[in-house]
Amino acid sequence: MQAPIQAPAASVPAPSGAPVVALRGVTKRFPGVTASDNVTVEIRSGEVHVLLGENGAGKSTLVAMLAGLQQPDEGHIEIDGAPVAVTSPKQALAMGIGTVFQHSMLVPSLTVVDNFALGGVWWKRPDRAGIAGRIEETAKRLGLRVDPYALVSGLALGERQQVEILRALMRGSRCLILDEATAMLTPHEAVGLGELMRRLVAQGIAVIFITHKLNEAIAYGDRISVLRLGRNVGEIGPETLRSATDAENTERIIALMFGTSRAGEGSRGEHRTRVVGDSVLQVENLCSEAGRVPVRDVTFSVRSGEIFGIAGIDGNGQKELAEVLAGQAQSSAGSIRLMGREIGGTSVGDRRKSGLRYVTDDRLGEGTVGIFAVATNFLLKDIGAAPYWQRGIEHPEEIRRQADRHVQDFDIRTPGIQTPVGKLSGGNIQKVLLARELTGAAQAVIFAKPTYGLDVNNIRATRKRIGGAADAGKAVVLISTDLDELLELADRIAVIDRGSIRGIVENGEGARDAIGRLMSAGDDR
Amino acid sequence: MALFTQSFVITLFLGAIAAGIPLLLAGLGEQLSEKAGVMNIGLEGMMLFGAYTGFLAAWASGSPSLGFIAGAGGGVVVASLMALLCVRLGLNQIVTGIALTLAAEGLTALLHFVQFSRTYPRLDGVAPLPIWPLSEIPFVGPVLFNNNAVFYLAIVLVVVFSWIYRQTHLGAALLAAGDKPAALDAAGVDVMRTRAMAVLITGALAGLGGAYMSIAVAGVFVPFMSHGNGFIAIVLAMLARGRPLWVLGGALLFGGSLSLTTALQVAGIDVPTDVIQMLPFAMVMVVLLVAGRKAALPQALGESFVRGAR
Repeated sequence: MQAPIQAPAASVPAPSGAPVVALRGVTKRFPGVTASDNVTVEIRSGEVHVLLGENGAGKSTLVAMLAGLQQPDEGHIEIDGAPVAVTSPKQALAMGIGTVFQHSMLVPSLTVVDNFALGGVWWKRPDRAGIAGRIEETAKRLGLRVDPYALVSGLALGERQQVEILRALMRGSRCLILDEATAMLTPHEAVGLGELMRRLVAQGIAVIFITHKLNEAIAYGDRISVLRLGRNVGEIGPETLRSATDAENTERIIALMFGTSRAGEGSRGEHRTRVVGDSVLQVENLCSEAGRVPVRDVTFSVRSGEIFGIAGIDGNGQKELAEVLAGQAQSSAGSIRLMGREIGGTSVGDRRKSGLRYVTDDRLGEGTVGIFAVATNFLLKDIGAAPYWQRGIEHPEEIRRQADRHVQDFDIRTPGIQTPVGKLSGGNIQKVLLARELTGAAQAVIFAKPTYGLDVNNIRATRKRIGGAADAGKAVVLISTDLDELLELADRIAVIDRGSIRGIVENGEGARDAIGRLMSAGDDR
Repeated sequence: MALFTQSFVITLFLGAIAAGIPLLLAGLGEQLSEKAGVMNIGLEGMMLFGAYTGFLAAWASGSPSLGFIAGAGGGVVVASLMALLCVRLGLNQIVTGIALTLAAEGLTALLHFVQFSRTYPRLDGVAPLPIWPLSEIPFVGPVLFNNNAVFYLAIVLVVVFSWIYRQTHLGAALLAAGDKPAALDAAGVDVMRTRAMAVLITGALAGLGGAYMSIAVAGVFVPFMSHGNGFIAIVLAMLARGRPLWVLGGALLFGGSLSLTTALQVAGIDVPTDVIQMLPFAMVMVVLLVAGRKAALPQALGESFVRGAR
């Protein structure tokens, strides 16, 4: 803790030097998923290296392995070219890898100084004055202002982050990992962090910046590695990044993130024959402040037999929009009309009765009750309703008959209808949800990331159900982060960005590029 | 008012101290555990077991000092189970605490029945250690400076704990273990060890408090004699918001209401004991209503720590 920063402030970054830290062929498996699949990444000093990817792309797993929280199953980590095993956070620090996690790792009830002093000999007094002096000195060199005696709970999130960066540097980190560092920040704070990253690399530090936001990756990164489903699908080096325009870079990255443009887009066609009817669901100027991302001025309408897709990078208000539509979150302005009737102010149950269904992406959290039987979960939203209940008395044979029918119709692989739904696989839980939401007098169905986390067969089955719902004349809203899925199923695709719709594209020739342009256009703001 | 004679007031204060010391010791312990993130519901069991082992040792050896040491040891035995189950194995702290309390109640009642149910041995009490010349001060002397060693120890502990919390690395580490264990882990301090140590010290203090009840106050061991004191101490620790001095104040307040029974009897006023015995618990309700809303508890209180889990 004595030497504040090991690389002297005047040292010139060595852009083409040997990597400070490298992951070589790293694979990490968790039950049911391969979180990292043979990933190789090299981190050089004096560079901001962006790890870019959607949620579930395996970014956090890489961070956890570098920070010593998890060990790779295959492959290894190298520091200065030598293979090492990073077995604890303490060891990671000792090797010069400092991590600033998305969720603050400061103790809120302690002052900044005491947070820095954590871990000293137990009966000794922390050297508060000395540490405070070093904090101020380091902060000054980085152009930051930090009050060492402030209580952490009183600091803004951006300030806490600066404190964490300072701490990592004062412990001699040569490689600084910033995990989803801008996720919790205000836009202003995020810009400040970007500038701070530039100053850090100017002092010879290697920065790993993890994000799912394209615009930040391009604005702050020297080198961008794109992760997709646990694999490193491509790297864009500093030369390319600097020589190309932002628009070209964006296009290149979107191609890596969502798969390359394929000529023809052949897989669609069947639903072209669908008869598109009258407008069923009309949303006008819908706003909501209820969620983490505010929904702003959303307008669209969906006709019967039509699939309306909503594309966008995850966390841009998709979940919030779905919840406002379903009635789980309150709207602050605008109207939602179903079959011409205003339903904006009604409860979840009323909306369901008037024919609106919502297939949530949080299957086990809010979609089903894990410890309840499959048969009960089918009726979760109809408890007390005839014919399964009559005058408050349960009619088990009706419930059983309906459950058997669902299990057969939806091909649900379950040991029995009395099996707790939590024991089933993700794909089968999704089928239980689909069976519940797609039966009865549905007029409009909202799907939120319906194939997220499923395997190939279940993805097929789910997509078929979505198509089937539209074939049956329902109006379908399909929210997805998988562009291929939208291009396969949807008739029209809207792009959502920070809670508002950027534009709506007719699906067909050139739709992929048009969507890509909309996604990146939003980043300029 | 004829009620407030000097003997009444002295009896009241001595009673408040006698009843307050076990609360103070257990409350300081609970505060320590809660700071470190362990909700120690087993406090009542630790007190009771300490009361039993303390009484047993004092009776067998004839030495109250050995009794106090054995009482602290008895508390540590129960606390080590708590540390093993909750800290090491990460079981639910509330359920484990309740189980330990019930087990201690059953076990001590059974042992007492087997050993003492015919003889009912009594101890002579503990000789006070007057601090001369302070003990000669009228009124203050007999109340504050003519007590036994455990009383002085408890008061010194208030100061020691305040110092530890404010001035040492250990204090910061304890706070971190309860507020943000992952941060402590990242700083290279063993979270489990920090928490386990806190739980064991809590056990020792609660056991000592229990032994004080059986050896110094009652002179006998009676099944279930801790009589909710452990739970009152939990409330005290919660209301004290991390400050040892507040535990002391709270312990005297509750101790005072516990001792009112005897004091009123000395004054010759006959109130049904059942009514008076409700006083401390009614007091808990009142104090919780007034101050409980603002009580701040550590963020990770009651959560077991698993490295890397979010």
